[in-house]
Amino acid sequence: MKRSFFSVTAPRLQVDSLPGVLPDSVRIETPRQIMLLIEETAENGDAMMIRKGDPVKTGQKISLSTDSEAYAISTVTGTITHIEPFPGESGRQFTAVSVAVSKEADPDERFAAYCEKPSLEGAVDLLGCLPGNPAFEKFTDADKPIQTIVINATDQDLFIITAQYALKTFYHELAQGIQHLKTITGVENVVIAAPQDAIQGYGDMGASVISIDKGYPEGLPHLIAQRVTGHEIPVGKNFQDFGIAFLGVEAVASLGLSFQNKKPARTKLVTFMDKRGNRSLVSAIVGTPVRDIFTRFGLSVNDQDRIIIGGPLNGFSTYTDAFPIRPDTDAVLLQDKDDVTLVSDYPCINCGDCIRVCPARVQVNMLIRFLEAGKYEEAAEDYDLYSCLECGLCSYVCVSRIPIFQSIKLAKYELGRAATGEAADE
Amino acid sequence: MNNTKKLIVSHAPFIHIGSNIPQMSLHIIIAALPAVILGGMFRFGASAIAVVSFSVATAMLWEIAINLVSKKPVSVGDGNAAVIGLVFAMLLPATAPWWFVLTGTFIAIVIGKQIFGGIGSNPFNPIALALAILMISWGDFLDFDEMYRHFYFDFIPTYPLAAVKHFGLDAIEPVRLMDLLLGRQIGGIGATFGIGLMIGGVYLMIRGFIRWEIALSFLGGVFITALIFNIIDPSRFAGPFFHLLTGYTLVAAFFLAPEDSSSPVNFIPMLLYGAVGGMMTVLIRNIGAYVDGAILSILLINLLNPLLDKIRPKTLGKVA
Repeated sequence: MKRSFFSVTAPRLQVDSLPGVLPDSVRIETPRQIMLLIEETAENGDAMMIRKGDPVKTGQKISLSTDSEAYAISTVTGTITHIEPFPGESGRQFTAVSVAVSKEADPDERFAAYCEKPSLEGAVDLLGCLPGNPAFEKFTDADKPIQTIVINATDQDLFIITAQYALKTFYHELAQGIQHLKTITGVENVVIAAPQDAIQGYGDMGASVISIDKGYPEGLPHLIAQRVTGHEIPVGKNFQDFGIAFLGVEAVASLGLSFQNKKPARTKLVTFMDKRGNRSLVSAIVGTPVRDIFTRFGLSVNDQDRIIIGGPLNGFSTYTDAFPIRPDTDAVLLQDKDDVTLVSDYPCINCGDCIRVCPARVQVNMLIRFLEAGKYEEAAEDYDLYSCLECGLCSYVCVSRIPIFQSIKLAKYELGRAATGEAADE
Repeated sequence: MNNTKKLIVSHAPFIHIGSNIPQMSLHIIIAALPAVILGGMFRFGASAIAVVSFSVATAMLWEIAINLVSKKPVSVGDGNAAVIGLVFAMLLPATAPWWFVLTGTFIAIVIGKQIFGGIGSNPFNPIALALAILMISWGDFLDFDEMYRHFYFDFIPTYPLAAVKHFGLDAIEPVRLMDLLLGRQIGGIGATFGIGLMIGGVYLMIRGFIRWEIALSFLGGVFITALIFNIIDPSRFAGPFFHLLTGYTLVAAFFLAPEDSSSPVNFIPMLLYGAVGGMMTVLIRNIGAYVDGAILSILLINLLNPLLDKIRPKTLGKVA
C-alpha cells in the first residue's frame, strides 16, 4: 500500500472485485479437534449444561446453562475435551468449547424436526450460528417491527471477496433462502445490496437489487441503510428503529442450504490471503482452527507475524493460531512481521488527511485530541464520537501514525462500560 | 496451546498508506530548493549559502537543545526543524548577521513551536512569528535596499515593495514582470525567484503535502484585493501581478500559510483563511505602515484559525 503520487483529493480505496474466472474454493479437511465459541462466560455457581467428556452430535445446540441465550451449534460429532474462557476482540468474552472429532458422524435430529414446522422462535433458537451468522433476534422485537430485510452481498473490507463469491456461486441456495426467510419472518420486502459489478441476474429471486459503489466504505451497513431509507440514520438510532434488518448473503444462502439438506449448513467461506498477498477462497467447517488453513497451504507462522481475522482496515488480530473460524469470519489474513506497520505516539500535526477521508465527516483532528486526553464524554458530545462508522480510514491515512481507530473503539468501549455500570448501580 | 508463537496483536487497521512526517518534511525541502538554490544562492552568492546553512543548522540544534532540556525524545529526525530553518532563511537577506539568524531560529523553534508542545501544537506559524519579532526588534536588518547596498547586480537593485511604498508607482516603472518571475529583484534569499517558488508550490499541492485550498485562496486574495486597489486608483496602487510576485507573497502562499498546525482543515474555512490572508497582505502593503504585510497577515489568520474551523460540515447522523 503506497501513497499515490497525486493526492490532491482524499485517497479512494476500492473493495476488490471477483476475478474473471471464479476459482474453486479450497476445502479444508475436517480437523481432528474443533473449537466452538459461545459468547458468554461461565460463572461459578451456574449449573453448567455441558461438561468435559460429554458427547455431542453434528448439529447439536450447545449452551452453557439452561437460561443462557448464547449458544453454538456443533459442526461435528465427537466428545467435549475442554471448556475454557477465551478472551475475544474488543473486550468480548467467550467460552471456548473444544470438541474432539470422532469418525462416525451422528446428526442431531432437532433441525430436521424444525424444518417441518419453521417458526421465528425456532430460528432464533437454532439458526443463529449458521455460517454467515444470521441474527434472528432482531425480528422478535414487537416494538420495532422489521419491514425491510437487506441482504448485504458487499464485502466489508479490502481484499475480501467472500460475500461476492457467495452471491455468485450460491444462486439456488440464496433464492431458496429468501423464500424461507420470508416464511419465517413474515417480511415481504427483501433487498439485495450487491456490488455495482454484480447486480445482474437476481431479478427473479423475489428481492429487489440495489447497486452499491465499490469504493470503501460504501458497503458498510450504515451507508447501505442510508441508501435504503433515503436519509441518514441519526446517531443513537439503530437500523431496527427504521424497520431494517441486515443479513449477510452467506447467512441467507446457508439458510437455503440447510432447509434443502434438512440439516444445518456448517461450512463457512473464508477469503484467505498469505504473506505474499496470494488470495484463495477457502471453505472450512465452523470451528476449524486457522492454523489448519496455514497447514493446508504449507505456510508457517513465525514469531511477530500477525494473524488478522477479517479485513485489513476493520478486522482484528488474534493472539493464537488456534483461533477458530467463527460463523462470522469472512477472511483470514496472514501478515509477515516485516509488513507489520506500527503505530506511533507522535502528536497530531493537524494535516487534515483524516478529515478529508472520513465518510462520516467527523472532525477527527479535534476528536483525537479529546480521546488522547481521555475526555470521552466531551468527545461524544462535542466531537461526534458516535457518528464514527468504524471504517478505519483515519488511522490508515494518518501521517503521524496515531492509532485513531483504536482510540475511538476504546472510548466507545469505556463509555459503554460506564453506562452499563451506572445502570447496574441504580 | 503451549507451542504457540508470539504473534503481534494490535488494533486495526493493519495497513498504512505509507506517509510519514520525515517524508513530508523532505518533500517540502525539495520543493523549496529551486527558489533557494537558483533564486538565492546563485544570485546572492556565498553569503546566501552561509545564511541558509546556518539557519537550518541552528534550527536543528535548538530543537535538540530543547528536547534535552525538556527531557523529551529527540524529535529532530522528523525534519520539521530543518524545514523551519530553511523556510526562515528564505525570508532573510543574504547579508543577515549570524546573531540575527541565531535569534530568529531560537524564536521559531523554542518560542514558536516547542513551548506550545512541539510539532502540531503551535498556534502561530513559528517562522512568521520569528520574523515578525525580528522585524519589530531589528527592522533595519530586513531593509533589503540597505542590506544589499554593497552588492553588484545586473538589474536595478531596489526592493520593489519599498520603492512603490515610498516613491510611488513611477519608481517601479522599469520593473518588468518577467524580471520578477526570473528572480531579477532583491528580497529574501528564497523569495525572489517567482518561477522557482511556483514550481515548488505546484509540486507540493499536487502531491498533497500542502493544502491547495489555502495556497490558492491566499494568492486569490492577494490578486483580487490588489486588483480592486488598482482599479480604484491606478496612479497610486500597483497591479495585482506585481503584488503576487514581490515580497513574501509566494513564500507565504506555499510555505507559510499552509503550515499544518496553525491552519484550518475544513474546506470553507481553508478558503476563508487563505483569502483573508491574501487580502490583509495587500491592505497592509497599500495602506498600512509596513512595507510587506505577508508576515503579519499570516499571524493574523493564525489567530482566526480556531474560530474559522468551527465552520464545519454536519456530521453523519447528527441530530439538530
